[in-house]
Order: sequence, then structure tokens, then C-alpha cells
Amino acid sequence: MGMILISALSMGAIGAVLAGFLAFADKKMKVEEDPMVEALTGALPGSNCGGCGFAGCRVFAEALMKGNALPNACVAGGSETSKAVAEIMGVDAGSMKRNIAVVLCKGGNNEAERRATYRGEMTCTAETLTGADKSCSYGCLGLGECVDACKFDAMAMNENGLPVVFYDKCVGCGACARACPRNIIEMHPEDHKLFVYCRSRDKGAYAKKVCKVACIACGLCVKDCSAPGGIALKDNLAVINHDVAPQNDESIKRCPTKCILYGIEESVTRSNYFASIRK
Amino acid sequence: MGHKTFARGVHPSYYKELTAGKRVEAAALPKTVTIPLQQHAGAPCEPLVKKGDLVTEGQKIGDVKAFVSAPVHSSISGKVKDIELSQHPGGFRSLSIIIEGDGTAKEWGGPAKDLSSISVDALKDSIREAGIVGMGGAAFPTSVKLAPPKGKAIEAVILNGCECEPYLTADHRIMLEEPEKVVWGLRALMKTLAAPKGFVGIEENKPDAIEALRKAIGSSTDIQIIILEAKYPQGAEKMLIVAATGKKVPVGKLPLDVGVVVNNVGTAAAIFEAVNWGKPLIERIVTVSGNGVKEPRNLKVRVGTSFEEVLSQCGGLVEGGEVEVLNGGPMMGIAQPTLSVPVIKGTSGITVIAASVIKSSVYEACIRCASCVSVCPMALMPYKLGDFGKAFRTGEFKDWDGLSCIECGCCSYVCPSKRPLLQWIRLGKLKVRQEAQKAAAAK
Repeated sequence: MGMILISALSMGAIGAVLAGFLAFADKKMKVEEDPMVEALTGALPGSNCGGCGFAGCRVFAEALMKGNALPNACVAGGSETSKAVAEIMGVDAGSMKRNIAVVLCKGGNNEAERRATYRGEMTCTAETLTGADKSCSYGCLGLGECVDACKFDAMAMNENGLPVVFYDKCVGCGACARACPRNIIEMHPEDHKLFVYCRSRDKGAYAKKVCKVACIACGLCVKDCSAPGGIALKDNLAVINHDVAPQNDESIKRCPTKCILYGIEESVTRSNYFASIRK
Repeated sequence: MGHKTFARGVHPSYYKELTAGKRVEAAALPKTVTIPLQQHAGAPCEPLVKKGDLVTEGQKIGDVKAFVSAPVHSSISGKVKDIELSQHPGGFRSLSIIIEGDGTAKEWGGPAKDLSSISVDALKDSIREAGIVGMGGAAFPTSVKLAPPKGKAIEAVILNGCECEPYLTADHRIMLEEPEKVVWGLRALMKTLAAPKGFVGIEENKPDAIEALRKAIGSSTDIQIIILEAKYPQGAEKMLIVAATGKKVPVGKLPLDVGVVVNNVGTAAAIFEAVNWGKPLIERIVTVSGNGVKEPRNLKVRVGTSFEEVLSQCGGLVEGGEVEVLNGGPMMGIAQPTLSVPVIKGTSGITVIAASVIKSSVYEACIRCASCVSVCPMALMPYKLGDFGKAFRTGEFKDWDGLSCIECGCCSYVCPSKRPLLQWIRLGKLKVRQEAQKAAAAK
């Protein structure tokens, strides 16, 4: 009996001392944290995609509080998140346009020539170290580093060895564009519709030899474009000035390799895509 | 045994017998050459000619003002057909001058000049103007090595005749066939650097080359031959310095900092030709070897000749199945995606391996056996660096001294899980470089 009593008393005494210390620490050593940062972090998607230009959602929230970022900078969350953020901060959200990743290469396994077999580490950047198996030095290597970089399930590699962007899932964070060692992926606002799906700066004859859908810099689109200056040739490649060229220009249809096309394809959603390959 | 060497390293099969006994023969004059403007470490050259210009053999066609650079010359006489981007054996694309030949070749030759009659500045000038670079493979401009910062005394010049890379015999043959040129070149290097001592490091597996050089040196005591153990990478600059002099080059420092300059034996012979004959570096010995080529040979090839043309003079590729064509030897060589790439100043060999003997490229998990650690000549931890490089973790990659990797490939060679460690480390280095570029651009 005495043993139990002594144990209980001594444990109780130790507990009381420690509780007293904790109570003291809670009052005296408290770290003042801004509840706003907490609230803002809660309002953000929490995917830490880096699309805003900051290291993660919490860092972005801190930057918001310091005034180093705009409430509508979170591309992943879109307008809903920016509204929520603006509400917490008590400012105007401002409007924001959604960006979409556009893969500017259509030269997959069926269209583009491969001059060798690559046997090294199967990532695109690793392949560029050795001079790549694809004859075109500007085209997609097809090893899917962009798909690995996507945190929103918005990309997949198709059977032809090219990445597909799902219209419904892409939040425009730009992670895929940063991951691509050949800079094939560009971020564009949704209302950009006209693209040259080729990055080859090779001379026309060579480009045509190694890829069926390469821009051969023939200049037909430049002549056809209804707005002067809308399309220009630069380094053997047609370049579209999206501010000038009409995005639904019907007159551009003479492209001999069909590499100039309309459309961020709205019909390509994740569910549509996987339903189509299951068939 | 008991020869000097460095710590760690590996003992691959050498396969040197394929070409070691074959005399160097002149390759056929190429009809067209593709001369990249970037054939050296440092700033690429700018073209000095335009499309349609007539050029003569040995004419300077590209140069740049930068300190770390070397000019390039036309290796044949003819007409400039085009200046365009073309595939470089280093695995990237470089602006290149394409020359269509007129079928004539120049005769080079002349007596050896007396070294004491040539001033140091004249020597330095002709070495820089001849576009001489390190011919062991890294192609570091020799003129830069000859300009140590003031106050740094050079005690010794070491000539590298190790040739530790399997298959290659270009340096072996040059020591055997032209030892006088090598010794003259070494004396010229010693004179420009005011170095009192000269060493030639040769692996023990080339006794005939050691004998030939001994004869060429004669009774003079300024040059000493150092016999080294046959081990890979004995011919790496830092390993050679340790083996020959016992001095260790600190991390991030150059051989200059320990008072030593290392040059390849081929470079020394090229210096002889540049100073005595006025012949720029437009030709080099290339070992064509491996089980994927019908007749392995040592060829004297003009810079800019395509691999395809060189291989066709060696009986062509073996039939049946794929082959892997490497610029250099099997340990450090880079696999080429096309045979249209040209031979450049740093191409010491073309190794062709039949794909049937190449084992599967599937790799397994790291089993933490530390084989890579126990062979790394730079005493790094390749398994760690590989992981950091693969994941682009550049901060840790730098902290673990990934940048001092000499890319010898010993780690990938010994890995029982067949992990491509070297490629991952090269990825890490690439990312560090890109980040530094980005930071510089942001400023």
C-alpha cells in the first residue's frame, strides 16, 4: 500500500512540476504567428506546384502578406482560390486568365524518324546528354519527363509517344514546360487557338526528311494570314504573333505538312482520353 | 609489379592487341569535311570565312578572342559549301564549316629546328595559332596551360603516355613511331614554362614504347620516364600527377597550383609539327577498334572526316545486328546517334561494339555494397551523387563534391546492379551548370 502511495505521489509531483513548466513556456515563450498566413495557406490548394513562382503554398501565403505577390497569382487554384484569397485579405481579386500547356510537337513515333536506339537512363534530360536518338534535334523525345513533372494528373503519354494535355485538368502551373529539356511545351491563355506545332529550326529539306509533320518554312501561312504581320518566319520556323493574328482565321489552310493547326483541344479531357484508349 | 600508381581505380580488359601492333596509316583524303567551331573546352570560335570562299589546307577558318579557346583550321583545300549546325561527337550540335575538297593535298615536313634559337614568345604564338589542344580527349587549349598566372613557378612538365582507356592505341603508336617528335615537343613545353624537369608517364603494358622513348631521350637527364601500373584511369590528369610526383591537386584547383603541367604525348608531337613545319592541328591519329568493325586500324585522319568515311576504310561495320559507335574508348566514350559526326581534335579513337555483347540496360536497386566508393579515384561517393543528380538535387550534389567528378566511369563499370551512375552524375553537373547560367542571366 505504502509503495503505491509513494509512487502515485511522486508521479503526481513530477507531473505537476512539468505541467507548471509547460504552462510557463506557453505564456512566456510563445511565437507570435500571423493567423492570416494560416488562413491563407488553408485557402490555397496545398499542392506546392510552384506555379506561382514561390517554393510552395505556405511561402506564397507569406509573400502575399508581405505584399510581394498578387492574390491572383495562384494558377493552380484558379479564380475560386483567388476570390477566397482576396476575401481573406480584404482586397479586390482582379481578373485572371487560365493558362493551358500546349505541346508544340506532333512528330511522334509514326511521323518522325529515329536514327538510333537509345539505351541509357530513360528520361528526356538524360537523353539530351548523349545526342538523342531522334533525327530531329528539336522534337519531342517521348520519355515523358513532362508527365512526371505534372502534379495534377493533367498529362499522359499517348501510344504515338507524345504527351497529351487534358483540358479539364491542366491548371497552367507550367511545371511541364520547365521540365522539358527541349522547350517544346509553352503556356498559353485559353483564348489562343492558332499554333505552329513544330519547333524545328532546321532547313526545310532536312526537316521534311526526318519528320512528316515538320514546319518546312515554306511561308504559305505568312502569305495567307489575313492580318499582316500575324505570322512571320524566323530561323526556318513560322512564328505566330498571338496579339495580331486572328485566332480563328479561316484563310490559313494551305500548310503542306499540316503542322499549323487550330486549337487547344477542349474535347481532350482526362476521362475522354482514357475512355478512348480503353476501346 | 610494384610500379607507381594512384589509389583505387579498376582493371578493365584492355583489348589493345587488336591494334597495338598496327602501324599508323594515312587515311584517304576526304571529299568533304565538317569542321565544328567548338572543338575545345572553352568559348566556341566564330567563322572567319563565308559560304563560297576558297580555302587552302591549313588556313585558319575560325577564331575567337576569348582566353580559353583555340582557333580551327581547314583540313583540306577547297570551297566552303555551307556554315550550319551539325551533330558534334560530344552529343550536341555545333556550328560547323562544311568544306568541299578539290582533291589536292599539301606536303608538310622540314627539319627540326634548334630549340635554343626560338624565343619563348614565338613558341607560345605558334602553339596558339596552330590551334593546339589537349589530344587525350578533353581538348583543353594548350595555350592556356602555357600561360600560368604570374608568380606560379612550374617545376615539371608531365607528358601523358598512359593511354589507360581500353582499345585505344593512338598514343602508343605515336610514342613508338615518332618518339623524337614527342621528346622535342616536351622540351619545347619545358622551355616555354621554364620547367627544369620533364616526365613521361607510361603504363607498364607498353614496354616497346618505353624502349623507343628511352632511345630518343638518350643520355640527357632532364627528362625521366616514369613507369606506371596499368590501371584505369591512370591517364587522368590528377591521377597521373599523384602517381608520378606524389602531389595531390586540391579540390577545385588546377595542376598549375601544385607546379605541374600535364600534356598528352600526341599534343607534344603536334607541337613539333606546328613549330617546325608550321602545320596547324588538322590531322590526328585515330584508333578504330572493337568487335563491331571488320579491320581494326590506326589511321591518321584529317579533322572533319565523318565517322562513316573512317569506318568504311576499316572494312566497314560487321553485318548482322546493331552496333554501338563510341567517340573515344568504352569507358568514357559517348555513343553516337549517327555516323555523320566528324572526327575532331579530341577524337582519340572510334570504338565500335557489337550490340549483341552489350548487356541489358535495365538496372536494379542499389544494394549499398559501396563498390563504387571503393573504386572512385577522386574518393567521392558515386551512389549518393547518382541519386542527387537523378533527382536534380543540385545543392546536395555540390555539397558532396559532385563537381570534382572526372567522369571516368569506374562507378558504372563496377556497379553490380548496373546502375548508370555516371550518366546521373553528368545530369547533376548539367543542372548545376544550368542553374549557374540562370543565376548569371538574372544578374
